[in-house]
Amino acid sequence: MTETVLVLGGGQAGAQAAASLRQEGFGGRILLIGAEPLLPYQRPPLSKAFLAGELPRERLLIKPEAFYRQADIEPMLGVAATALDVQARHLSLDDGRRLAFDRLLLATGGRPRPLDCPGADHSRLHYLRTVADVEHLRRHFHTGARLVIIGAGYIGLEVAAVAAKHGLRVTVLEAAPRALARVTSPEVSAFFQRIHTEAGVEIRCNTGVVRIEGTADLARVITGDGAGLDADLVLAGIGLLPNVELAQSAGIACDNGILVDELGNTSAAGILAAGDCANHPNAIYGCRFRLESVHNAIEQAKTAAATMAGKRKPYAQVPWFWSDQYDIKLQTAGINRGYDSVVVRGDPATRSFAVFYLLGERLLAVDAINRPAEFIAARTLIPRRAAVDATRLADDAVPVKDLLA
Amino acid sequence: MIKVTYIEHNGTQRIVDVEAGVSLMEAAVSNLVPGIDGDCGGVCACATCHVFVDDAWLARLAPMESMEDAMLNLAEGRDANSRLACQLKAAPELDGLVLRTPIGQH
Repeated sequence: MTETVLVLGGGQAGAQAAASLRQEGFGGRILLIGAEPLLPYQRPPLSKAFLAGELPRERLLIKPEAFYRQADIEPMLGVAATALDVQARHLSLDDGRRLAFDRLLLATGGRPRPLDCPGADHSRLHYLRTVADVEHLRRHFHTGARLVIIGAGYIGLEVAAVAAKHGLRVTVLEAAPRALARVTSPEVSAFFQRIHTEAGVEIRCNTGVVRIEGTADLARVITGDGAGLDADLVLAGIGLLPNVELAQSAGIACDNGILVDELGNTSAAGILAAGDCANHPNAIYGCRFRLESVHNAIEQAKTAAATMAGKRKPYAQVPWFWSDQYDIKLQTAGINRGYDSVVVRGDPATRSFAVFYLLGERLLAVDAINRPAEFIAARTLIPRRAAVDATRLADDAVPVKDLLA
Repeated sequence: MIKVTYIEHNGTQRIVDVEAGVSLMEAAVSNLVPGIDGDCGGVCACATCHVFVDDAWLARLAPMESMEDAMLNLAEGRDANSRLACQLKAAPELDGLVLRTPIGQH
């Protein structure tokens, strides 16, 4: 009998898993179920080139339509799952269909954390996760428009950079004492705050939002210190909530994401998870992470696809991320959680430097700003878990390749 | 439109029409050329679009920027004619370009 794999989620992980299943030799049926009406597309450009209008929608696709036909992958788009029965092995959809499966991959991703204050239903308040979100946002994304961004994370800062270049008047409100506080060091936060300030973006830290007032075509953002900011457009970029509800109500173990093992298996036999929604054990760091990145989505999907095809390719990756803002390319390798010292290599004033994160003598992560060589070196050094020499790391006169010796 | 020939590691040749300005990574992915991933979408962040440029064409390409040069060190089997296809943009003077793709990326 032909086996059926359902891939639930039409994002980066879902697309990769479907493709990798065929590469691993799986000959059964593959159904790729996506809640959005579009074939899987790349999300990183949404807050960059696509928002800037430099990239048409068709060019966002991860694979062209012909690929799915050629690989005999059946996309089912614009449908959401409503219930999962792990014993009977079927998945119910919101169009009334019920699909039986042999194996199921949950690649359900996440959704923007909603702003939780009065007025959060204002029509000029936007989030950024999907093509549709950006298309709505772009309606009022015009030169001279006043844009208030809530949250100085990657999404907020990338949008601020595009908006400043387009001549919008941009204010960023951040509840924490500094930008990117959740992910980076004070050194890197200070750098990004400076380049945004130089570009004309105002960043207000220690500033929460208490409510949104205003009329239909004007929002007034009221901050915790009592100030009111008029805005033609408000964007909230305050994090992602993993889509775990379906798994949870089916009795699958979740804790900040759907818990998986190093092969992508959840607590339910035959059901796997990958990508933003999955919480995995990382052998290099010896702890669990739930990561929101393209690389993680792709690699977890490859692991899960191999498992579903009866192979064994445990996930053991140094996570990496990137962000493009103005002329700056930030490349992060590793996770800096728990670091106890930083080593700065190069001068931030030159817009080209790297910050290494250490725990004792062990390298945990690097933030490389226009410094690809340091980024690459860190990807080699981190999994070694060997002692590194902080003095040499800090010395820009020591060639990067010698750091690997 | 220009014509670009992609030759797989097993010798299979594919001639693809590419619109001017489109990257040769994107052209490969959208024409189902195997051996090129382009995980980061073409922003020189991942080094999964490594190609080998036919020697006759090497000197005719725009020179590498430092980011591409550094990122290529992540690619397996880097050679003197290695490039990242996302950084090569189709242009009239590249009509007839020949690229070889590796067995896989990483």
